[in-house]
Order: sequence, then C-alpha cells, then structure tokens
Amino acid sequence: MVSSPAGARVAASAPAVLMQAISKRFGAVQANRAVKLAVAAGTAHGIVGENGAGKSTLMAILYGLYQADSGSIQIEGQAVRITGSAQAIALGIGMVHQHFMLVDPLSALDNIMLGAEPHWRLGRARRQVRAALQTLMDDSGLQVRLDTAVEDLPVGERQRLEILKALFRGARILILDEPTAVLTPQETEQLFVTLRRLRAAGTTLLLITHKLKEIMALCDAVTVMRAGAVVFDGPIADCSLDQLAEAMVGRRVNLGRAVGAGAGAGAGAGAGAGAGAGAGSGAAEAPQARGATLLAARDLQWRDALGVQRLAGVSLTLRAGEIVGIAGVSGNGQSELLAMLSGMAAPQAGSLTLGRQTFTASRWLDPSTARAAGLAHVPEDRHRCGMVLRFAAWETAVLGYQRSRRFASAWGWLKRATMRSCTAQMMDAYDVRPRNPDLRASKFSGGNQQKLVLAREALAAELPPTVLLVGQPTRGVDIGAIEFIHGRLRAMRDAGGALLLVSSELDEILALADRVLVMDRGRIAGELAIADCTEAALGRLMAGAHEENAV
Amino acid sequence: MSRPVELPRWIDIAVLPLVNLALALAVAAVVVAGIGLSPVQVLSLLVKGAFGSAAGLSYTLYYATTFVFTGLAVAVAFHGGLFNIGGEGQAMMGGLGCSVVALVLGNHLPASVLLPLMVLAAAVSGAAWAAVPAALQAWRGSHIVITTIMFNFIASALLAYLLLNVLKAPGSMTVETEPFPDAARMPGVHQALGWIGIAWPRTPLNLSVLLALLAAVAVSLFLWRSRAGYALRAVGFSPDAAHYGGIQPRGQIMLGMLISGALAGLVGINELAGVQHRLLLDYVMGAGFTGIAVSLIGRNHPVGIVLASLLFGALYQGGAELAFEIPGFSRDMITTLQGLIVLFSGAMAQVAAPTLGRLYGWLAPRPVHTAAAGAAHG
Repeated sequence: MVSSPAGARVAASAPAVLMQAISKRFGAVQANRAVKLAVAAGTAHGIVGENGAGKSTLMAILYGLYQADSGSIQIEGQAVRITGSAQAIALGIGMVHQHFMLVDPLSALDNIMLGAEPHWRLGRARRQVRAALQTLMDDSGLQVRLDTAVEDLPVGERQRLEILKALFRGARILILDEPTAVLTPQETEQLFVTLRRLRAAGTTLLLITHKLKEIMALCDAVTVMRAGAVVFDGPIADCSLDQLAEAMVGRRVNLGRAVGAGAGAGAGAGAGAGAGAGAGSGAAEAPQARGATLLAARDLQWRDALGVQRLAGVSLTLRAGEIVGIAGVSGNGQSELLAMLSGMAAPQAGSLTLGRQTFTASRWLDPSTARAAGLAHVPEDRHRCGMVLRFAAWETAVLGYQRSRRFASAWGWLKRATMRSCTAQMMDAYDVRPRNPDLRASKFSGGNQQKLVLAREALAAELPPTVLLVGQPTRGVDIGAIEFIHGRLRAMRDAGGALLLVSSELDEILALADRVLVMDRGRIAGELAIADCTEAALGRLMAGAHEENAV
Repeated sequence: MSRPVELPRWIDIAVLPLVNLALALAVAAVVVAGIGLSPVQVLSLLVKGAFGSAAGLSYTLYYATTFVFTGLAVAVAFHGGLFNIGGEGQAMMGGLGCSVVALVLGNHLPASVLLPLMVLAAAVSGAAWAAVPAALQAWRGSHIVITTIMFNFIASALLAYLLLNVLKAPGSMTVETEPFPDAARMPGVHQALGWIGIAWPRTPLNLSVLLALLAAVAVSLFLWRSRAGYALRAVGFSPDAAHYGGIQPRGQIMLGMLISGALAGLVGINELAGVQHRLLLDYVMGAGFTGIAVSLIGRNHPVGIVLASLLFGALYQGGAELAFEIPGFSRDMITTLQGLIVLFSGAMAQVAAPTLGRLYGWLAPRPVHTAAAGAAHG
C-alpha cells in the first residue's frame, strides 16, 4: 500500500498535490483567497497559521469535504475535481483528523476494516485484512495491537491506528491535522520517527499544525497562511523559527521565557514559537516573594461512575503570588482535579482549605460557594462550560456572578444596564474584539471568547478573586491572543493571586509556571521547580517513569 | 464555518415566517383547487370570517386566548430545555381547580375576590399537575416528554372519575357540574364594553383575553429581565455551563415546569369561568397540543406566540365560517390547512432559509472589509 520508492521517483516529476488559485467563501468570510499549494511527492510539507487562517478549509477542500468556489486541483499531475471524501480516498489521499474518527468499542482491526470490508462474511474479511495489515505494519513500522478495543488503546496507539487506516485505504498523500496535540513528548518523537519512515518510503505528508518546532523538525517545505491567503511558501532550509512566527502573526511575538537555564538541549525548546524570547522577561524570573497558602487540597480521591480511580490521593497547595502548573498527558486526572477544586464535582475522600474555610468530602463546596470564597475558574472547555454560547456577550459575561448584587436587585431583577456596561469594561480591559456586548457569545472567535471568560473571572466578582484555576487557557486560541492571555495571567500572579494552571501545552506551562506538578494516573508523579524543568525530565514523569525508578 | 449562512435578524424574524406562511397557503390552495373550489374564494371567506365582523373577530380572539396560555406554557418549559407535552392535562387540572373554588366558595364571596382566587387555583392546580413529571425528571431522570404525555391520560381519567362520582350535579343526565354562581363568571367582553357604553355582540370572548396578554408580558419579563429567567435559560441552552455558573439544574427544572403548568392551567379560566360556566369533560379540546405548534411557530417568544395564536384563532374561527358558508367544505380542510402551517412554519421552518440567504447575498451590498476582519479574528 505504501508506494514503492520507484513509484515515488516516477511521480517526482509532477507534484503530488498542486492546488492553484483556490478560493472559498463562507458568507462574509473569505476563508481561502487564491491559495496556491504545491507539494512535491515524497516530502513532508507543513501548513501553519493561526486559528481561522484557512488551513483547515484548504485541507477540507483537498479531502473533498468542501468544494472550492474557484481554482484547480491536480493530484500527481492529473487535474481532478474532488467531490467527496470517498473520491479523495480513491485518489490516494488519506486524512488523520485531530479528533480521532474511531469507534471506541470495536477492535483496532474492525476499525480499520470498517467501510472497506473485502468480504461480506466478516470472519473471512478479518483474515484477509489481518494479513494485509501485518505486511503494512512491518513495512511502515506502525505497530498496533489489532485485537484490542480502541477504548483500551493509549492515545499514541490510536493515532498510529488512524494512520494505518489511511494507509490501508491506499493513501499515498497523508494529511495530518494537529497530530501531536494529544501526545507526550516521547510519543511525539515516536510519531516523527514513523512519519520519517513513511516519507522515506514515498508517502507524501501534509502536516497542519501551529507548533512551529514540529515543522522545523520534520518538514521539507512549509506554507504559512494568514487571513485566508498564503503569506510565505518555501523550503524549510530557507527560514528560521522567528521568521515563521512573524509571518504567521504578521508581527513580532514574544511568548515566554527561556526555561531551565543550563539544563541542556531540551531547554531551548521551551520557548515555543517565540524562540526569540529568551532574553525577554528577566524580571519574571526573579524569585517571587511567595505569600500565604491560599488553597490547600489534601488527599483528594475520586472514582468515576464506572469505579475507575481518576484521582488517587492528590494533595497540593497554592500560595499567593505563584503559578503552579499541572503537566501531564491528557486524561491523567487533571480535568477531575479542576472539577473538584472548583466545586463542580465532589470527591469521595479528601479535604480542601480555601482561605479560612475548610471543606470535607461530605460537605464539599459547590461553584457558588467557591466563587463566594474568592475562587475563580476558567474551565478547560469554554464552549461546554465556560459560557452559554447562545447568550449575548453581556449575559454570558456574568455567568456565575448572576447572584451578585452588582448584577441583580434584591427582588431578583437583572440590572441589565450594569451588566452591559460591565461587559463593555471587561471587553476594554481584555481587548475582546469586536467590542459589542450585544453580540451573541458564539459569534466571537475562540481567542476572544477565552479573553471574555478570563475577563469575567477576573473582573465580575465584587472583590478580585484570590485563587484562579485555569484550564487550557489557550486551547484553540491564536498566537496573538495567547501572548495577551499569558500576560494577564502573569499580571494576576504578580498582583498576589494564586494560580493553578492545567495545560496540555508543555510550552505554556514552562512559560508561565513557577513550579510544576506532573500528574500521572491520578497521582502527582512529581514536582519540579521551574529551573529544573526540561522537556526530557517532564516527559519522563508524564510517561510514568517515576514508578519504574521506584521499583 | 460549515454552518449555513447567517441571515440578518430582520429576515430571520419577519420575512422567513411570512414566506413559510405563504408556502403553506400556496400548498393549501392547490389542495382546495383539487377538490374543485376556488382558492381565492376560500381564502377571502376565511379572512372575512375571522376578521370581517365584530363577532368573527371576537371568536378569533377567544380561541387565540386559549392558545396564548398553552403556547406560553410550552415556551417557558422550552427555554429551560424541557419539552412539556402535558399542556392538555395541566389545562384540565387547572379547570378542575378553578371549578372547585367556584362551586365551594361561589355563593360566599364577591366576584372581585372570587375571580382572582379562581385564577390562582387554576394556576396552582396546573402547576401541581406539572410538578410530578418535573420532579421525576429532576431527581429520577424520567424523560419529561414521556411522563407529561402519560399525565395527560391520567388527568383525563381523573377528571372523568371526579365528574361522574363526585362533582356531577345530582339528578343530571349530562356529565357536568352545576352551573357556577354568577360571582364565579368571568365577565364577557360584550358586558365589559357595555359598562362603558359600547355595544358589542355577545360572544364567548371574555376578560381572560387581558389575562392572556398580561401573562405574555409577565413571561417576557421573567425570561429576559429576572435572574430566575436567566438561570432557566442558562440551563436550557447549556446545562454544563449552568452548573459551572452555580445554577442547580434541578431547581430550574422544577421552576420551569411549575410556571409552564400554571400557564396551561389558566386555560380553565378562559373556557370554564369565561364561557361554559360549569366543569365538563373534554373542554380543552386539544388546545394543549395546539400550544406546541403555536410556540414552535412563535419561536418560543411571547410576541411570536401572541401572533401565532391569532393565526390559529383565525383558522379556527374562519374555518367554522367556511364550513357554514360553502357546502362540501368540511372542518377537515381546516385541519389540513393547520397541518400545512405547522409543517411549513414549524417543522420545516428553516427550509427556505438557505434560498433566502442566497437571495439576500445577491441583493445586499457586499461587505468588503468583513472578509479580512472576519478571517483575522476567526
């Protein structure tokens, strides 16, 4: 299924993918304007850009999910009209979506076979597919346990399964949408090894990402998109990280600080896309005078409805004037920890001291008592929890504070004028665009929604919050807004707030945190001062290495 | 980005419903022509029957009053994310409640005290009937659609039992109570206008119509200006976000359903205190279900519900006139027309939206700047 090297050489004369003058418009938004994309066969090509830059639209057009308004597509030299994903697959285009398209209870083998069964009798079909897959796995180095149900596979293996699924369907051109978003550094490294091997075997790779480091590490050429158009296009050898970041945003960015000075090779990577930031923030490096303990959680334990232990005795303290980062592979208890601390769920055992109040498992706090005690919470999933998308901005900007006398009279009537003016103030203070309190919350872009949520948690309470829990503050947020949000979080820390930061972006934790706790399987696997943090050290803790050491 | 084109608000609110109504009428015209009648004649008779005379208008408004109550009932629950199918049963119980007050206290209290008490009793009884399915939903997760449907049957059976065994007038052959005392009768509009010297034909239209308007205003204030309405809508749009905001979904389920049931219960005031002046079987006549269509077409907004109620009131009244005027035109045709309106304005309300969007795209000046701005912020 993987093209032979000989085949790749033949195709090398014509680009594997040639998209010319592609334009696509959604209502008032020009998602793609006269985009040209040329990808040589057997190369890895990165497509980077901020959210909404049009890269996903472009790939959806290539994969047949959308039709371009104008422009032409050539695959391996043939002019084609791709009207659906079935046709894209027939042309040898495969796509690995950011959110895996897998049926959890089915085995890996059945997932690969689904929709491409070679025989109506499943037993026979499985035998045929298994034989074909064995060869494919040996050739490509993508090892997957075929008989395990997908729900029991770790994330990295699910991703290999997705790639294998595409290859099984004959993909010679593989589109990967944010493939490393859910992986540990080790898994990412492993993925890259696999991808290099696929490329060597002649597969053409299209990598959509906003992580410029990965582009530099893997790709041969890169296309940078901004506002629907291509702003940079060329071989990777010709450009630096700084240039790419600048092209992507349209101005210089400063994302973080240098991490773990002198900690070796891994350290520089911590600065992320703003690689030029090393010198930027010496002031923030100075040890903060840390204040009183504002939040102390002891031995939190929680089992979910299925009896799986999601939190297995987590203890932590937050002191005034510090940001504590929680690192870890998604699904190791970070979300549950946030849910417990914010009062959205109650643990079965453990206690929490917040300011002068202490809560036990039998009398846990709820979201309103948490807010009353000065705890603010920026939830991980702003669409599901953080805002009511169908409310106007001024309505969603008081969510959680609707009981406050600021926003409602003693008789329970909303003070709509105050709500609107407060929202306008929040929008000014946090640069939420457009500054229109009457606009529906869902109409704001991800970054602006997040700024609005953050503004609410910082400003809506009558007294500023003393503790702020922040989950994934910059997920789905573009680079300009990331910079802004990080600045605000640092400012809150410097003003004496205690912040708990949960993020799946290591770079983000390294850029913000004063100390880092790593979670693994519901426990705190270890704590590192920020000076000791290297991606290698964190990665080892995240991958559960502490237990192997202990044995 | 893959979502359909967003229409400007004025098209969405004003033009789209009119287009849907026109489509429904067009299809109805074909059906009418199919049975050999002139669509133009039928439509003009319908409109004349519903609005062409003081009596016709009064009947239209009388029907509309009931639909406003049931439509609002559906809408309030809907804003809390609940589909209350139980308006029928809640209306029956509302009627039962106000009838009991009328029969027990009717000879002891003046109308100025008795009528408000009856309104209260109707609302409380309707709310009480809605409270059981609400509690089952809130604490046991029993689906409110199923339980409210079942409660319609229970209400019907309970009403029949009570009428036959407890409330029936002694010696009467019909299944109904004794007539209400005079103090328990909601004054008709012809009476009220007579007090200020305006002559008005005698029709079932009574002062409950003002109560309905009051209810529509109160529902708007509640939904959009009170904290309780804010909490209810938050739960309806996003239970997770509401939970995050410290709002207890259980409390909101109870609140939404109690208000919904109370509104449905007020049907009893219009039909029993206003018109029948006694409790009988089957006086709700499907108004609870019509309320679902009314709320759907009125987009769950009190203003839309008042307008949709007028439309349905006009169909009821105009249809009755038609059946009277044109031989061979049965009430079934009106039911067909209602069905078409529900189909086009309710179930297929968004079908015409993409076409309208395209039309608008051609006709409206193209906003040049938004493309760049939208993409940059998007």
